[in-house]
Amino acid sequence: MTKKLLTSAIASALLVGGAQAEISDNTVKIGYLADMSGTYRDIAGPTGQIALEMAIEDFGGKVNGANIEVLSADDRNNPDSSSSTVRRWLEDDKVDMVAGLVASSVTIAVTKLLDGSNALGLVSGSAASSISNEHCTPNHIHYVYDTYPLANGTAKAVVQEGGKSWYILTADYAFGHALEGDVTRVVEENGGEVIGTSRHPFPTSDFSSYILQAQSSGADVVALANAGADTTNAITTAGEFGVTQSGQTIAALLLFLTDVHALGARTAQGIQLTTGWYWDMNEEARAWSDRYMERAGVRPTMVHAGIYSSAIQYLTAVQETGSDSADVVRKRMVDTPINDMFASNGRIREDGRMVHDMYLAEVKTPEESENEWDLYKILRTIPADEAFRPLSESKCKLVSGN
Amino acid sequence: MTEILGIPTAVLSGQLLLGIINGSFYALLSLGLAVIFGLLKIINFAHGAMYMLGAMVTVIMFDVMGVNYWVALFVAPLIVGCFGMAIEYFLLRRIGGQDHIYSLLLTFGVALMIQGILTNIYGVSGMRYAMPEVFRGGFRLDFMYLPYYRAWVICVALVVCFGTWFVIEKTKLGAYLRAGTEDSQLMQGFGINVPLLISLTYGFGVMLAAFAGVLAAPIYSVNPVMGSNILIVVFAVVVIGGMGSIAGAIISGLLMGVIEGLTKVVYPEFSSAVIFLVMVIVLLIRPSGLFGKEA
Repeated sequence: MTKKLLTSAIASALLVGGAQAEISDNTVKIGYLADMSGTYRDIAGPTGQIALEMAIEDFGGKVNGANIEVLSADDRNNPDSSSSTVRRWLEDDKVDMVAGLVASSVTIAVTKLLDGSNALGLVSGSAASSISNEHCTPNHIHYVYDTYPLANGTAKAVVQEGGKSWYILTADYAFGHALEGDVTRVVEENGGEVIGTSRHPFPTSDFSSYILQAQSSGADVVALANAGADTTNAITTAGEFGVTQSGQTIAALLLFLTDVHALGARTAQGIQLTTGWYWDMNEEARAWSDRYMERAGVRPTMVHAGIYSSAIQYLTAVQETGSDSADVVRKRMVDTPINDMFASNGRIREDGRMVHDMYLAEVKTPEESENEWDLYKILRTIPADEAFRPLSESKCKLVSGN
Repeated sequence: MTEILGIPTAVLSGQLLLGIINGSFYALLSLGLAVIFGLLKIINFAHGAMYMLGAMVTVIMFDVMGVNYWVALFVAPLIVGCFGMAIEYFLLRRIGGQDHIYSLLLTFGVALMIQGILTNIYGVSGMRYAMPEVFRGGFRLDFMYLPYYRAWVICVALVVCFGTWFVIEKTKLGAYLRAGTEDSQLMQGFGINVPLLISLTYGFGVMLAAFAGVLAAPIYSVNPVMGSNILIVVFAVVVIGGMGSIAGAIISGLLMGVIEGLTKVVYPEFSSAVIFLVMVIVLLIRPSGLFGKEA
């Protein structure tokens, strides 16, 4: 312990303008905000908190002698109540880092509060690419994936296989709009055309009306720009109404492992999807996933893995800089490449986007699937530079030149 | 192609049919609520949870014991109905005669507990329930492809709704029920076991919700939060129909299904709000609802 203290003292001394280099209240406080009870519970929720706690334990429970404390709250997929939670965390609890962050609408509201505060947001669950584009702030990092690579992976592959005309079913909020925009761009760039969209309320349980509209549009591809139960409901209804039998392809633009697990290999087989991580993709991921499954009882999604990885990166940066101040830690994280169970050669850009390789996967058939979680085969690795929005197209105010 | 309001008639008739199918679910659920409120004056906020339980019990019985759909159609509502009667016997009975708000809060609390417990056990991603073999496939109509199962939902829902209305409004048993809640002391004087009658009525209302849940299992994602999403809509339907009016609940259920369905074509973003707009208009013009008796 003394050795750790000593190294951190030296590290602090080495920092230019080391006045800020200290851990406030001698505690690193992490607020975990995620959907604990609603539609998005299973992609982060209580099982995401397990991933966060694993990270803290693996790190040793303390950073430079300071305690690490976790507070958690249910975001209820509601930007208003989430904002008041985070405001309380910032003012009363002096939280240093906010983890989780799932629904894009919640994340955009929360990062506005973080902007200018002394706390850092590590966004693991949200999809909207606007979070590191027009909504970027110096106080958050978007870690796991966003709608840009989702469109780039799945939509590109489907258009190249001949799906030229598209009908998009969009969840009517920030995330759905972002995804719809990104998909439209990719489809058009690759010579396809979007011939219609329906924006459905979030959440929707009955998709029959939208599926019927998509069917009568005659489009080659029915694309689902939604998530969670909305997507599984839409896929089930599409099956019932014989969408694929009548020659249309279904493209689910955001599918989590938990969704595919809920649908089962029989219903979901052959669906192509883009993911930032898969538990069975390499030895390191498998080993971590086995440890995780022992604790949580389920296989981790890319969001769980991202929560773990980003927390370790954060704590390492705090340890190395001896500070829990948002700007100091963020700068260190931007300067440090990420090589762990989640990503190889990942890096955090100045706009707060963590870029890493993404994967185009296909759901296995029941015959190929050896157990209930053996669900994907990776078709293609999409290199980081190709997957994410290039900085040259960025509207983020933090990008030099903007 | 002929068009109405800029929508091809083929699309329109398809959407009307789907609206009636969704309306069948609303009708079944609001019917149960209307029975419970009309006869017992209980505002049953646990109704969505009972619908969810109906679906969950169906899936769990299949997973654990291989119980098929047809058996579940009878057994799941019975199980959930008994559970409902237990709630009535152990909890609701104790606050009988108090202000409506007590039963509302109590049932709301019960619903949250059931939902929370099941969420902890099963998560929210949903459980798989395969479509029964006989219902695979569908009719190829001129204007749409109608899956057999959806056709079955309309038929069975209409039969159950009409049957319930008939029993309560037109039979002797229904007369006892209505009289028992109107003046329970007098009825007890006639030798009728009113507390039992109340338990059975609550149980029956809950059974209707669970029955809708079984019908929903093969086509919607079955998960512990499925009930909370539909509950508020169903309450609006009951208010539109007239609190406590049996026929009102059925008709406004079907009507709201159709209105919502059409909104999904014309202006889909508004489809989750349109029922509440109708509710506001109805309350402004006829505060007791379309079929409610003037208070």
